[in-house]
Amino acid sequence: MNQPRTNLLWLQSGGCGGCTMSLLGAEQPTLFEALDAFGIELLWHASLSGGQGPGLAELIEQIEAGELKLDLLCIEGAVMTGPGGTGLFHVLAGTDTPMMAVIERLAKRAGHVIAVGSCSAFGGINRSNNNPAEAIGLQYIGEQPGGLLGSDYRSDMALPVVNVSGCPAHPDWILQSLQALSQGMLDQTELDEYQRPRFYTEHLAHHGCPRNEFYEYKASAEQPCQSGCLMENLGCQATQAHADCNIRLWNGGGSCPKAGYACINCTAPEFEEPGHPFGETPKLAGVPVGLPTDMPKAWFIALSSLSKAATPKRLKVNATSETVKIVPNIYKKRR
Amino acid sequence: MSRRITLGPVNRVEGELEVQLELQQGKIEAAYIKSTLYRGFENLLTGKDPLDALAITPRVCGICSVSQSVASARAIADLAGASMPANGERVTNIILATEVVADLLTHFYLFFLPDFASPAYRGRPWYDEAARRFTAVKGERYGGLLKARAELLHIMGVLAGKWPHSMVFQPGGVTNNVSLSEQLKLQGILSGFRNYLEAVLFGDRLETIAGLDSVELLQQWRESRSGSAADLPLWLSISDDLALHQAGAGYNRFLAFPAYSLAGNRIYPGGVWLDGQIQSLDTASINEHLGSAWLEGDIQHPAEGSTRPLADKAEAYTWCKAPRYQQLPMETGSLARQLLAGDPLAGSLINDGGSQVHSRILMRLIEMAKLVIQMERWVRKINPKEPFCLPVELPSQGQGVGLTEAARGSLGHWLSVENGVISNYQLIAPTSWNFSPRDNNAVPGPLEFALQGIDYESPTGQLRMQHVIRSFDPCMVCTVH
Repeated sequence: MNQPRTNLLWLQSGGCGGCTMSLLGAEQPTLFEALDAFGIELLWHASLSGGQGPGLAELIEQIEAGELKLDLLCIEGAVMTGPGGTGLFHVLAGTDTPMMAVIERLAKRAGHVIAVGSCSAFGGINRSNNNPAEAIGLQYIGEQPGGLLGSDYRSDMALPVVNVSGCPAHPDWILQSLQALSQGMLDQTELDEYQRPRFYTEHLAHHGCPRNEFYEYKASAEQPCQSGCLMENLGCQATQAHADCNIRLWNGGGSCPKAGYACINCTAPEFEEPGHPFGETPKLAGVPVGLPTDMPKAWFIALSSLSKAATPKRLKVNATSETVKIVPNIYKKRR
Repeated sequence: MSRRITLGPVNRVEGELEVQLELQQGKIEAAYIKSTLYRGFENLLTGKDPLDALAITPRVCGICSVSQSVASARAIADLAGASMPANGERVTNIILATEVVADLLTHFYLFFLPDFASPAYRGRPWYDEAARRFTAVKGERYGGLLKARAELLHIMGVLAGKWPHSMVFQPGGVTNNVSLSEQLKLQGILSGFRNYLEAVLFGDRLETIAGLDSVELLQQWRESRSGSAADLPLWLSISDDLALHQAGAGYNRFLAFPAYSLAGNRIYPGGVWLDGQIQSLDTASINEHLGSAWLEGDIQHPAEGSTRPLADKAEAYTWCKAPRYQQLPMETGSLARQLLAGDPLAGSLINDGGSQVHSRILMRLIEMAKLVIQMERWVRKINPKEPFCLPVELPSQGQGVGLTEAARGSLGHWLSVENGVISNYQLIAPTSWNFSPRDNNAVPGPLEFALQGIDYESPTGQLRMQHVIRSFDPCMVCTVH
């Protein structure tokens, strides 16, 4: 494709680098193929830059002086504002400037700002246990709008920060966001309430779950490694989690429930503090507290008691065993 | 004439790194390694259910996320006195090895090799070829590399659900029961990855590479490969031409933790190398010096350690603690791991010039060949009819230690539980050892030591410094956690 080049600058702050690692696992196209195909020029990425062009400090100066256009500013990792709002928990290496100030200045010049991962979107895992490092997101602090840039912030292209949340974000979520933004194909209507691209958050992680038949009958696993539904006992939040993990799948075909462990709703703000152990489902009078999105409680209780009563033996037995103990019946034509 | 310079952020490393140099007549007289990001992950864990560590600690690091999970699951197992069935160990080992191999491969191609495509090397006999293959992002190798890496990580899709940040690891095994079909799929993935390594990186069978047992045999092999289109022979020529065996000499003291357990045995037994000899590991000899870190405290054993930031501590220059073994700085990584596991080539390299850029990088590549062969065996041995996980009862108080090896070296988690919740959690990451600052005795960390003496102001001096930094494959996010 021949297009005008789109400049991309990628900075990392209070995070683990996992979204970059995830992105490097992109397939069809791979990251470098995608950059080439969609005309995206990587000005700087700490892990990938060759070091033969200008250094980061120089690039920042050129952007601030208006000599270099910045189309896409990707921030990976939370904004570290501590201690006491000074930002000294992350000073940009080679300078005396807190990273939070660098991000703020660059955001004023950026065509689009993309928060890559739940840390830069909402503060993420750093915020657990009362947020000791004072981590915040670019335009949110947990569920509260605001963050570093303030809820009124709009980029040069008149969009708020695009929150490609997830811990990590799926490589396709990141690449397709960049691909769409660089072609003007992602407008406000394509973002959800938390400014996440709807192309992956208008699904629930539950959609396509390979354990769905167990879910239908509330045939539940009681221990890790068992085959049943993980929602009733083992903390699975896939019925409330906005993401297409079980449709899109990860690393060639995986997902959290597929590998036998709970969805912890990592695309959501405040996933880091579920208010209970991650691997346990909190219950009131035997009923899970966190019910599926959009489901009235009375109906849930009525339906689950009905479906539990109707559970085939095959599912009841298999739910609490490691392997398939009873295989589905084979129906033969009547002769 | 002396002068002081500050460099950073250093690119093509994981995370935020600043280097301060004191130059004397153009040579590096002293180096100070600065980690400029603080996250305080250990403080996120106190007061939590011990099993919550399995959700939180992988997020210390997106590069060695699995290693963090494995150390954490092991610390909880140690607390509970739990063990896991053979299938659980095999699957844990395969996932860990997948991450280690992916990291070693990513480091070699994406972080280390682009330096040799620098125009400063124009005119060297290998330069045109190196520039064609290894120029950052655009080099001919990278299309194939990202594809091969992504396909290797399909093992994560099958076994771990996703990578990074999987919660498949439990103190009693893994949550995933591998079916026969998945076992067969894993064999398919590994055969594809083997083909890639043999064709592109090694130009030979993995068994041949893993069997190179001395510097002499390696030399013979290299001569037999002249004209090969693979990357290891090319890199050996580059290393020879640039005398990388003379760059970045270390202390020659090594540390490795036991890793990859199966039925009571460890494929890598771990240990320490002091005064030219293997000694058994004694974790009581580990402590962390806090003098140069913006943290409160003096010298701590990790079981009683703390992480309390003190951003205005005048004498400090980094957020990284300085781990020491018997109060000495130690180098950790593939070279240490292989040496302490009795690998003959590692021993031969140590006799032939010790730890430096050449031996560090070479052992990382050799280790990839050895690990892939090992992974094939583990996959073959999975028995889908046997359990993958055993139930574990946690005591409401006690302590646990979880040790393992990440790509970059030794990783340890120290856990204390009181009243059913985590009362203290401390971890020491590999790069904390290698990139540690000066300790309370003013002794420089391994990289700080290895940078001394480089002729920085020579035409290729800056690149030489970069080779030395990257030969340790720093992971700064782990370091500061």
